[in-house]
Amino acid sequence: MDFILPNFAPAMPEIFVLSMACIILIVDLFLTEHTRVVTYLLSLITLIAAAVLTANLDTTEPVLTFSGTFINDRMAVVLKLFIYLITFVVLVYSHNYLRTRQLYQGEYFVLILFAVLGMMVLVSAHSLLTIYLGLELLSLSLYTLVALRRDSVSASEAAMKYFVLGALASGILLYGLSMLYGVTGSLDIGTISHHISATVATPGQHSMVLVFALVFVLVGVLFKLGAVPFHMWVPDVYHGAPTSVALFIGTAPKIAAFAMLMRLLVDGLGDLHSEWQTMIIIVAILSMAAGNIIAIAQTNLKRMLAYSAIAHVGFLLLGILSGTLNGYASSMFYVIVYALMSLGGFGMIILLSRAGFEADRLEDFKGLNQRSPWFAFMMLILMFSMAGVPPTVGFYAKLAVLQAVVEADLVWLAVLAVVFSVIGAYYYLRIIKLMYFDQPDDVAPLAAGFDMRIAMSANGLAILGLGLFPSGLLTLCVTALNL
Amino acid sequence: MPADFPLLSLAIWLPIAGGLLLLATSSEQRVQHTRLLALIVSLLTFLCTVLLYTHFDHTTHKMQFAEQLAWIPAFDINYHLGIDGISLPLILLTSFTTVLVIIAGWEVISYKSAQYMAAFLIMEGLMIGVFSALDAILFYVFWEGMLIPMFLIFGIWGGPNRVYAAVKFFLYTFLGSVLMLVALLYLYFSAGSFAILDLHQLKIGITAQVLIFLAFLVAFAVKVPMWPVHTWLPDAHVEAPTGGSVILAAIMLKMGAYGFLRFSLPITPDASHELDWLMILLSLIAVVYIGFVALVQTDMKKLIAYSSISHMGFVTLGFFIVFMIFEQTGSTSGAVMALEGGLVQMISHGFVSSALFLCVGVLYDRLHSREISAYGGVANTMPVFASLMVLFALANSGLPGTSGFVGEFMVILSTFKANFWFALLAGTTLVLGAAYTLWMVKRVIFGAVTNDGVAGLKDINAREALVLGVLAAAVLGLGLWPAPVLDIMHPSVQHLLQHIMQSKL
Repeated sequence: MDFILPNFAPAMPEIFVLSMACIILIVDLFLTEHTRVVTYLLSLITLIAAAVLTANLDTTEPVLTFSGTFINDRMAVVLKLFIYLITFVVLVYSHNYLRTRQLYQGEYFVLILFAVLGMMVLVSAHSLLTIYLGLELLSLSLYTLVALRRDSVSASEAAMKYFVLGALASGILLYGLSMLYGVTGSLDIGTISHHISATVATPGQHSMVLVFALVFVLVGVLFKLGAVPFHMWVPDVYHGAPTSVALFIGTAPKIAAFAMLMRLLVDGLGDLHSEWQTMIIIVAILSMAAGNIIAIAQTNLKRMLAYSAIAHVGFLLLGILSGTLNGYASSMFYVIVYALMSLGGFGMIILLSRAGFEADRLEDFKGLNQRSPWFAFMMLILMFSMAGVPPTVGFYAKLAVLQAVVEADLVWLAVLAVVFSVIGAYYYLRIIKLMYFDQPDDVAPLAAGFDMRIAMSANGLAILGLGLFPSGLLTLCVTALNL
Repeated sequence: MPADFPLLSLAIWLPIAGGLLLLATSSEQRVQHTRLLALIVSLLTFLCTVLLYTHFDHTTHKMQFAEQLAWIPAFDINYHLGIDGISLPLILLTSFTTVLVIIAGWEVISYKSAQYMAAFLIMEGLMIGVFSALDAILFYVFWEGMLIPMFLIFGIWGGPNRVYAAVKFFLYTFLGSVLMLVALLYLYFSAGSFAILDLHQLKIGITAQVLIFLAFLVAFAVKVPMWPVHTWLPDAHVEAPTGGSVILAAIMLKMGAYGFLRFSLPITPDASHELDWLMILLSLIAVVYIGFVALVQTDMKKLIAYSSISHMGFVTLGFFIVFMIFEQTGSTSGAVMALEGGLVQMISHGFVSSALFLCVGVLYDRLHSREISAYGGVANTMPVFASLMVLFALANSGLPGTSGFVGEFMVILSTFKANFWFALLAGTTLVLGAAYTLWMVKRVIFGAVTNDGVAGLKDINAREALVLGVLAAAVLGLGLWPAPVLDIMHPSVQHLLQHIMQSKL
């Protein structure tokens, strides 16, 4: 039996991140609390270098490698670059936070790098096996990250819930994947897609097993996205996890989950569109309704952001269900924009927190305009962006998705979506009300460091800047999917 | 000045840049500099819009000062600006009012005055943008973007119940506009373009037209506001700071009416025709019923707010009575008068209501009460102020010689050509308007001094006299000689009417 060496080039970034994660793990053994900044800097350098490697990949056409289980195309490159960017900012935001909370351990950085690796594999997966591999690498890292503060009851509880429910969802997904394999006899997404289009083309041959497989696969993916009715874990995990971990869970993995949806549902089961469209419509409506309405009742900002995440996922699904290229591009735009906004939202909590004090209650934002007009303004931009008010980029994300929905002749769904976004506007407005209309209870100056302030300002200004000139990112998303 | 100088862009972005500069450079110590800078920026913007007026060609209905740049090519959205005879007067009104608001807030606003001035300047740019956008999405961005500074103005500098009013204001208008957004997206897929002028030419079936018309109606009716979606306005006015009330009454309400002229009538003329009974009905309810509501108010600002709703009913009546006039007379000349009457009423109401809100502001700054019963006999202690306020009150009740008369008279006169009873009902406003305005004036201004607070009042200072005096001149000017305004409007109104009288089915 001949051993043919696979083409390693498309997977260079993954190989690099894996090696660096292992090196950092070892280097960290020799570091103390005072010198741990080396771990931090090495992690940042890893992300930058991975971005350079990824950006230099040839993407004129999709390249398959490792016997067709790994794909590198433009969508993968764009999504990976955003995953690096967001993780980079996550690390900058959390650096000081970790230091003041006895969480400043090498594991945090290494686990985040492994999670990034899992996301990269997921984004580039072209086989059911690689999808599952990437997903599990990501999920296991995240479970551990949530439990990082192991003496905290709420963190352990959140980790336990997340793990048990996540394992269940993985099991369901695996079951669905096994059915797909049973029907099509292949793990390769391309082969599965061919097989299904052949079955769908001949009427009467439509296999019931396929629909079952579809349901199970969808459940698994929707759980990872946190869509209703598979959303129960989201508020508890966001609330219980340390803010620096919730910050990570609420941002980059959403992009990876979107990629998983694209690879499985669109690339693999695209010909079953008529079957999954209805399911996704229902899930999207439920997510927007439950997310927006329950968020109103929250008094904790992390929980509010969790329900807002659920509502945003509902909106994101609207773009996918249209089944058009523009729709997929709009969802991709939406998920990237959402990740940036969520990053800013959690970033603000960290910015206002200081040693021994978590600024995660809504009241902690009272009178921020008095304490720091600049960061109140940044939060204002973020909140209006989440509500979808121009001239922030959140508006264009909603516009793009709505456009896809209207294009698919589902005007009623667009109307429903905008009505829910009006309901959603209420709780974002409440934060602005607290910051601008109320007087502060707490007049302590902000304790955040210089790097944090710069990153936060850049985050807020990016939301505004992209809102004034959304064209570049939009075009990037359209061309990324347009092969 | 070169022909392709982007004067419109300058009028939009100059105040926005000025506002951001204010935010960046403000400090509590140099508050005087901040105010001066705000005044200079607003005066420069006013100058820009005056240049627009002097270079405006009165003879054509075509869009002038047009600018077009690709903005979001992926969605075919352009930065496309241009103005015609309908938008120019409103742009002038906007920049004029902003100058007055800046001066009126000079010493009155001491809390975060830089943010206050900046909010008004940024809003000025956005409002001029609304009146000059020729791309539907660009229009929407300006239209919605405006909510942000207005929300903050209500919430930061408003009265005790300001949070309720601000949130109510935001959610009402937001709900209206998102439905308009869906309608615009639908139109985009029918026309393949977001250009408003392309949408005007688009042929649409009657069912779709009716649905689009209703979506637009929600957006614009909330803004105007028409009965029964008017309830946010009295709350907003009562809680808003004086400057906020002035901008709200003078300009934001006009945007809804402008939307009818720019979107509803030309894009869905058949649905407008089909549903004109509804619009006339709602307008008449606003005129008559809200007139009665105004009569029983005890809060001056609430009274003026209801009077605004009632007067805006005239505007929408003038706009939607045109179909009936055309059917009765067979010519567009009567309809032109109705539309122009509505437009003049918009401008006049901009002057009169801002003046009245400023008058209430003057009193409120001194005695911190808006209740009519807290005053009485103000004329004894503030004679100059009293005479100005009486002038504005008379203008509000439509006295000939003031601007309030011109618009109301034109609308009522042309309504007679359509239906005698409608005109009669609309005419009751002359009685009702006089009743509630003059009764308020009687209780506040005239009679004996009722309490020590009033006895200790000082008459208006030079700054307040300047603001009210300029407005008084504007009210009388437009009332005595409305021709320049009518001349600007005429070609555009004529063209609009010819356009909407042709079926697009």
